[in-house]
Amino acid sequence: MLMFILRRLGVMMLTAFALTFIVFSLTNLQPNLEKLAKSEASVRMTDDQVVSWIANNGFDTPMISRYGQWLGVVPGWVKTMEDGEVRGRCIEKGADPAAAPVRCGLLQGDWGVSTVFKKPVSQILGRSLGQTGWLMLAVMLVMVPTALILGVLSGMREGSRTDRVLSTGAIITTATPEYVSGVIFIALFASATVGVSPLLVHLGLLGSPDALFGARKTLFMGTATSAMDHITFWNFALPVMTIALYGIGYIARMTRASMTEVMTAQYIRTARLKGVSFRQVVMKHALRNALIAPFTVIMLQFPWLLNGVVIVETLFNYKGFGWTLVQAATNNDIEMLLGCSVVAVFVVLVTQLISDVGYVFLNPRIRLA
Amino acid sequence: MDTLSWFQIIAAMAGRFLPVWVALVVTYTLSITFKRRLGLYGKLFDSPVGMIGFGVVMFWVFTAIFANWIITMDPLAQFSGSKNAVPGSALKAPDEGAYGYLLLGADHVARDVFSRMVMGSRVVLQIAPAATVFAFMVGITLGLPAGYFGGKLDTGLSFLANLVLAFPVILLFYLLVTPEIVKTGIPTWFAAILFVFPIVFFVILFNSRFFTNPAKRNLYVGAVLVIGIWAYSGLAFNLDPLGIWSMDPNLLNVFVSVVFVNSPGVFRIVRGMVMDIKTRDYVAAGQTRGEGPWYIMLWEILPNARGPLIVDFCLRIGYTTILLGTLGFFGLGVSPESPDWGSTIDDGRKLLSMVPHPALAPALALMSLVLGLNLLADGLREESLKD
Repeated sequence: MLMFILRRLGVMMLTAFALTFIVFSLTNLQPNLEKLAKSEASVRMTDDQVVSWIANNGFDTPMISRYGQWLGVVPGWVKTMEDGEVRGRCIEKGADPAAAPVRCGLLQGDWGVSTVFKKPVSQILGRSLGQTGWLMLAVMLVMVPTALILGVLSGMREGSRTDRVLSTGAIITTATPEYVSGVIFIALFASATVGVSPLLVHLGLLGSPDALFGARKTLFMGTATSAMDHITFWNFALPVMTIALYGIGYIARMTRASMTEVMTAQYIRTARLKGVSFRQVVMKHALRNALIAPFTVIMLQFPWLLNGVVIVETLFNYKGFGWTLVQAATNNDIEMLLGCSVVAVFVVLVTQLISDVGYVFLNPRIRLA
Repeated sequence: MDTLSWFQIIAAMAGRFLPVWVALVVTYTLSITFKRRLGLYGKLFDSPVGMIGFGVVMFWVFTAIFANWIITMDPLAQFSGSKNAVPGSALKAPDEGAYGYLLLGADHVARDVFSRMVMGSRVVLQIAPAATVFAFMVGITLGLPAGYFGGKLDTGLSFLANLVLAFPVILLFYLLVTPEIVKTGIPTWFAAILFVFPIVFFVILFNSRFFTNPAKRNLYVGAVLVIGIWAYSGLAFNLDPLGIWSMDPNLLNVFVSVVFVNSPGVFRIVRGMVMDIKTRDYVAAGQTRGEGPWYIMLWEILPNARGPLIVDFCLRIGYTTILLGTLGFFGLGVSPESPDWGSTIDDGRKLLSMVPHPALAPALALMSLVLGLNLLADGLREESLKD
């Protein structure tokens, strides 16, 4: 078991290095650097000026050495300008060059400075991850129990009417990407002109201070910007539902498949013949074995949730991790984008590891030396 | 002229889709009449789920084919005075003889939503199935030897596949699908690598089967090489002397990225199935007869893996459609004017809570296509498991 985890960790580290290097080299391509030079210094720079800007800011060293500097294993670049000023990766503007540290990179906790937000990357990442954390927590709380219950209910008696209805529902939700369900939800629940809200206003359930659903013009809010300060059911329900919906269908299908397989097993029949009630069989005998496979699926769902988070945060204007990633990518904010990718890669790899280890742990039939 | 009621709108739209209905009726009549002679495709018509799914998919396929007849207006034209017009509203000043109504309203720059949605199906159905086919070629060509030979080759290829799979898709798109990347020529190199696989696949396919009969082998392999290299030079490097095969650089970039994201998934499925099938007796029999490894892989193992692969193919076209929509939603890739569904949803979402129809129409279209593909895959799975 220990060897297995160690080997997995080794592969994981290798993957992490390979992925961050790919992201690093793609963000640091020459045209990107030229764009950065123009956006940072001046749009009307001549080609020569762009070249010298790139050189003066330490982007002219080989890619691999710059990657090392960014990681913090290679000493940061230091250059003496023509006017005698000493510049370097680790030297802050106006600070004494002699006092600056030799290396500054990820390992030293220095994630660089975002050019869009004008703040340290670590600070922005911390804040936006906090926001996304709340979103993910809500999504998980809605998604996992709903999906498991639906999956078990439909897998319990294969081919029954419940099963058919729930399976069709699961297929429909897996066919609805977040940007479609989000659009439909907003049109249905958060528009003052169409959908449910005008009807509720007409019925007097919405739109006046003493109405059942409050004084707002729409049932739910179409943006989640206000949820960043204060989460309420009305501003958070739509984004959470949008992300959860896709996952619910997928996990429910996996749970159903696993449940139907378990329900046809010999020991379930034995238990039934012994006279144990159907309820007891499901709760005591089947459930535990049926939940092993969905566990892996739920864990592997995280990378996809990351996608959902990016789409939903953009759609609902919720300034979390996904929104930050989109801002960094569209504005060519290299350091910020690198920071975001480190987080994303880390999340994906750790969930893969947990899913592998958890699977072995939960399933007594698998024993790895 | 007055605004149409919802009933009139639906009737008018159904009328515009007339060529599609005719084509669907013909397809279904022919297929159901001859279903016992059509193999797996015929069996599809025994399952109601499969039939519904196939119907929805074919509806969009025929819509894409007959799009020029179905549309009521030019999808790029702007009609002054009709900005954000509600569904069914009449044009302010229609030209003589032109269609007078905006069936599904107009968007924020007064373009016809209905015609854009219909034309969007053409963009999506041109890219998604082709990209999926290429992803399958790459996945199969690499997955077969990885599963069959195992060892170092398998370890290396699996590591690469997991590497791509571990990449968050949106991040990858943001890095790969930018105008700056097109400037560096990286997409061309990607295309140069990925587009080799179909040629390699078919050359090995025919060579392993007919190498005992050089005349036939030379004919098939030669034909593959001529057509393959001709298409390859045009698609990857835009160097086709006759100018038939060519691809817009932005489109090439989108295409290559989608293929790149999809192929590791196919690779994993093929590899897993090969590892399972290669322990069967008929493979051992082939090996004892002295058949070459590539013959066994391509002509013994691959046909026996076709069921799950066809099902996965349908699901994956749906997934590719979703990916293309994602790209459009973030304004990446194809030109901003393009009527593809993702970009149209992105255009419409800014005014979503005031005028939802410009975003809803393509959203529902995309959803129905993916749903149709998923149902079709379900039907195929059910039917292929029966024998």
